[in-house]
Amino acid sequence: MFSYVLRRIGVGLGLVLLVLTLIFLALHLVPGDPAMLLLSQGDGASATPEAVARVRTQLGLDQPLLTQYWHFLSGALTGDLGESFRNRQPVSEAIGERLPRTLELVGLATLVAVVVGVPWGALAARAGGWFDSVTSVLTSIGIALPVFVFGSILILVFSLKLGALPAGGFAEWGEDPNRHAQILVLPAIALAVGFASTIARMTRSAVLEMLHQDWVRTARSMGLSRRAVFRRYVLRNSLNPVVTTVGIGVGTLLGSTVLVERVFNYPGLSSLLVEAVTARDYPVVQGIVITIAVLFVSINIIVDVLYGVLDPRVRR
Amino acid sequence: MRRRLRQALTPLRLVALVYVGLLLVTLLFAPLVAPHDPLTQDVANRLQGPGLGTHLLGTDELGRDILSRVVYGARVELLIALGATVVSMVLGTLLGLLGGYFGGVVEVVTMRVVVDVLLAFPPIILVLLAVTLRGPGAGTLIVAMGVLFAPTFARIAYGQVISVKRLEYVEAATAFGAPTRTRLFGVILPNISAPLIVQVSLTIATAILLESGLSYLGLGVVPPTPSWGSMVAQGQRYLSTDPHVLLVPGAFVVLTILAFGLLGDALRSGLDPKSRNDR
Amino acid sequence: MSDLTKKPTTPGPVTPLLEMTDVSVEFGGGKSWKPVTHQISFSVAPGETLALVGESGSGKSVTAMAILNLLPPNARRTGSIRLDGEELVDAGEKRLRQIRGCDVAVIFQEPMTALNPVYTIGAHLVEAIRSHRDVSKDEARATALDLLRGVHMPEPEVKIDHYPHQLSGGQRQRAMIAMAMSSEPRLLIADEPTTALDVTVQAEILDLVRELQGRTGMSVLVITHDMGVVADVADRVVVMREGRVVETAPSAELFARPTHEYTRALLDAVPRLGSGAPATAVVPDRAATAALDLQGVAIDYPGSWRKPGFRAGEDLDLLVAPGEIVGLVGESGSGKSTIGRLAMGLLPVAEGTMTVDGVDVSAGSRSDLALIRSRVSMVFQDPASSLDPRRTIGQSITDPLRWTGEIGDRREARKQAGALLEQVRLPADWADRFPHELSGGQRQRVGIARAMATSPRLLVADEPTSALDVSVQASVLDLFSELQREHGFSCLFISHDLSVVESLATTIVVLQKGRVVEQGPTQRVLTAPTEDYTRRLIAAAPVPDPALQAERRRERLAS
Repeated sequence: MFSYVLRRIGVGLGLVLLVLTLIFLALHLVPGDPAMLLLSQGDGASATPEAVARVRTQLGLDQPLLTQYWHFLSGALTGDLGESFRNRQPVSEAIGERLPRTLELVGLATLVAVVVGVPWGALAARAGGWFDSVTSVLTSIGIALPVFVFGSILILVFSLKLGALPAGGFAEWGEDPNRHAQILVLPAIALAVGFASTIARMTRSAVLEMLHQDWVRTARSMGLSRRAVFRRYVLRNSLNPVVTTVGIGVGTLLGSTVLVERVFNYPGLSSLLVEAVTARDYPVVQGIVITIAVLFVSINIIVDVLYGVLDPRVRR
Repeated sequence: MRRRLRQALTPLRLVALVYVGLLLVTLLFAPLVAPHDPLTQDVANRLQGPGLGTHLLGTDELGRDILSRVVYGARVELLIALGATVVSMVLGTLLGLLGGYFGGVVEVVTMRVVVDVLLAFPPIILVLLAVTLRGPGAGTLIVAMGVLFAPTFARIAYGQVISVKRLEYVEAATAFGAPTRTRLFGVILPNISAPLIVQVSLTIATAILLESGLSYLGLGVVPPTPSWGSMVAQGQRYLSTDPHVLLVPGAFVVLTILAFGLLGDALRSGLDPKSRNDR
Repeated sequence: MSDLTKKPTTPGPVTPLLEMTDVSVEFGGGKSWKPVTHQISFSVAPGETLALVGESGSGKSVTAMAILNLLPPNARRTGSIRLDGEELVDAGEKRLRQIRGCDVAVIFQEPMTALNPVYTIGAHLVEAIRSHRDVSKDEARATALDLLRGVHMPEPEVKIDHYPHQLSGGQRQRAMIAMAMSSEPRLLIADEPTTALDVTVQAEILDLVRELQGRTGMSVLVITHDMGVVADVADRVVVMREGRVVETAPSAELFARPTHEYTRALLDAVPRLGSGAPATAVVPDRAATAALDLQGVAIDYPGSWRKPGFRAGEDLDLLVAPGEIVGLVGESGSGKSTIGRLAMGLLPVAEGTMTVDGVDVSAGSRSDLALIRSRVSMVFQDPASSLDPRRTIGQSITDPLRWTGEIGDRREARKQAGALLEQVRLPADWADRFPHELSGGQRQRVGIARAMATSPRLLVADEPTSALDVSVQASVLDLFSELQREHGFSCLFISHDLSVVESLATTIVVLQKGRVVEQGPTQRVLTAPTEDYTRRLIAAAPVPDPALQAERRRERLAS
């Protein structure tokens, strides 16, 4: 088990290196001069030569490629992600301020989705009949609901019509914990609905598949009660694919915060990303993309380890 | 096979199929379907609600006909989604086919380096990186999303190849002297196509979801071209007074994604005999 | 062990432990129910072993599963099933649960899928023990260890903490039996318990079941398709066909004087070890150019980047003379299929030399492979997967000709396909059918037709009948030797079944762990083996003759 975990971490680190390389190359693979590209506003007007030269120096584009790569890698690994074009703020500082807020949102949404999705899917598989059909329709809709549409509807109903919850904004936990919590409710629900639907569907089909396995018949032949068979032989084995789904889903969720933070005007990491993309503030975009990718790779390492805990066959 | 497909078509899925058919008609004949020009402003009639007048689904804050904008938006939406899906299907299937069949170094390069690295990014993030570099626009979106969705096809194709290539008919093709290209595209590919076809429908749905999200952020299609996402974004400002400006395009996004999703389910239970559970 | 022979051979006046009367199993739902078995009646006396025999689709497994209602949810049972006088057909789920694993225990065919992969053997046993007895986990574990010792599990203290995938097939089946024995059942239902195992392991497992039966006096209901297994263990036999009982008789009587026509046909179809070599066999001409000649050959399986390759065969000398059938026998992992794949050019020669039809092809160059493709052909094992499901059988048969460039024209290919189909006694106009429209035996005929398409000098047949029912196997083997006589090709016939090989081959090669253990003329090797491993293999192969089998068992257990 120990060597399995070490191996997974090793693979993860290799993946991080490749991810960093891809991000580095992204700037250079795009046809055209990156500095010019970043300065053009899409209207074809060319930037002043001074501005181009400034961007070049800032991004280190005037140095040899390998030197740039080395600076980029060592910078990324030591947390030096350069500084913003717009306000000269170190990128790592900006990320440090915004990241916890986004993580809180994602964590809460994941929790809600898992707590709702797994029992829902299991129940649908076990009950069958009309409950299963209704589940099928509801989860289809849940998956099809874009967060920005659903989020807007939530605001319309709960904030504008009922006035029950704030439509967005932000409050520090230290200053107003009550409002802090209230603000989180709607965006977390908006994020969780699609995810819960995906988890419910996955759980349902995993459970149905496990019900047909030979070992379930063996368990029945030993005289185990229906409940025990379902819990220990069906549900337990269904967890493996569900864990994988959750791992991938958290990544999608991280992506969806880009939209949700805009809908609810929530000042997290993703809204910073959108601002930076709109302003073509490349160092900030790059820094955030690195952060999110590393975060996602870490989550997947955890998922892999968890998978190893759940299934002895992969632990070799 | 045909009978199984027909059985898989529940009434709900049939509605989805009809809806998708109508969308495709819209795609081809938008100018004929749309009652107005989507860009003509009519400030006197701004923010009209839906009703049986000249503006069936109402007007927006500049008095533009929402139905016409939805129709033209559908065109853009579908073109980008279909384009991205074709790119990702070809690219992903090729990656998975080669990686699964040859194994070894080819597998490391295709499945571990390319696919796993692409999967290390939440989908929307990588598109945002591309948009930062290239600026928004349909071409950027098709290529970026095409590359981005390729790993899903690659993983499906890879898994299928791994299980199919052990079967004796593939070995028989080798033993009886079939050239590699025949084995890959003449023997293996036809036998792994069912789950890939299912994935096409689901990828279209995902692409629409992603594109509308980007347009919502103002990073998708460049205005003034109407797109569902940007219509929702505009509507947000009038949410308390005129919710239809948001709800109408929002509903079309939801319905379209739902329809392609249901179509995917139908294809799955019709084509893929293993997934008898997925109903 | 002496008390084993004193078991009652007829139920006589003893009240039966299990009594099945007019039991039918139906599948369906709502108002439409389709019966798959029809009014099955038989009984099992205390201490008796009853065998339920039949080919696939006979309904034997379904009948056995009906006893404890372990059927799928869309099935129902009618009639009367009495266990010790108690009616089980209308017993509630709660009562059935008390009986399951307590009075009646079950072991299944494939112990890999019958055990939950995420639990250890110990966890399975503890679960089985605690489902009927109120004991602590520690006590249950101690009992589990005893049970593992009782089924002669090697290193029980270690294996108890192993997961199913870490054990061998035989060990998994021992674990399964230990679970079944945990409550000292009065009836053990064994559903094809040894089908997935090698013959030597099969013999050990059957010995174990008999030993446990002798120790506890339980009854055994064994479900099998293998007449050898029946002869080995059964006191009485129920023969089933297409959901009906055809004949019920004491074992000795059934084998000596089968009354029903089907039983007779079934017994006739079973190849018997010791029935002598085929009368028409070609005497190999060792002086002529050999069809296949291996000298000091080693074979490596290529690894992947995740797992290293391994050596699957070493120091192999093998000669197939023109027109000769060489039988390659061995258990799983012996490397017999590996040699077949080598001869077909699917694996490279790592060391030594291989000549095909006098040409050295050891280098495995492009021209070497082309030569192999034109002279060597292959019949695959599994008729369900050896034909491309997306191509018509006509296309499948003529594909080899297309690939080797012998036929380019579509119309000519169709004509050729028809001719080949007729050669294997199938109608020529079946060329447009798809594999799923054919039965297993028909598909295997198509496989043979495909192998004949290139008029090969050497045919590699890799277990071509092991997936077929015995009666189908017999007809496919007949066709095979007929074609061989007609066309005179040489053949490398790979099989795990000594009696099948005996009926076809003039020379036999025994393999173990990638090496040749013994080779020589079939009769000599089978009647006077010089190697210990060959002797064990012969001793373990069950013979469809109860008297002979009992004698062989005594010999085996004595040694």
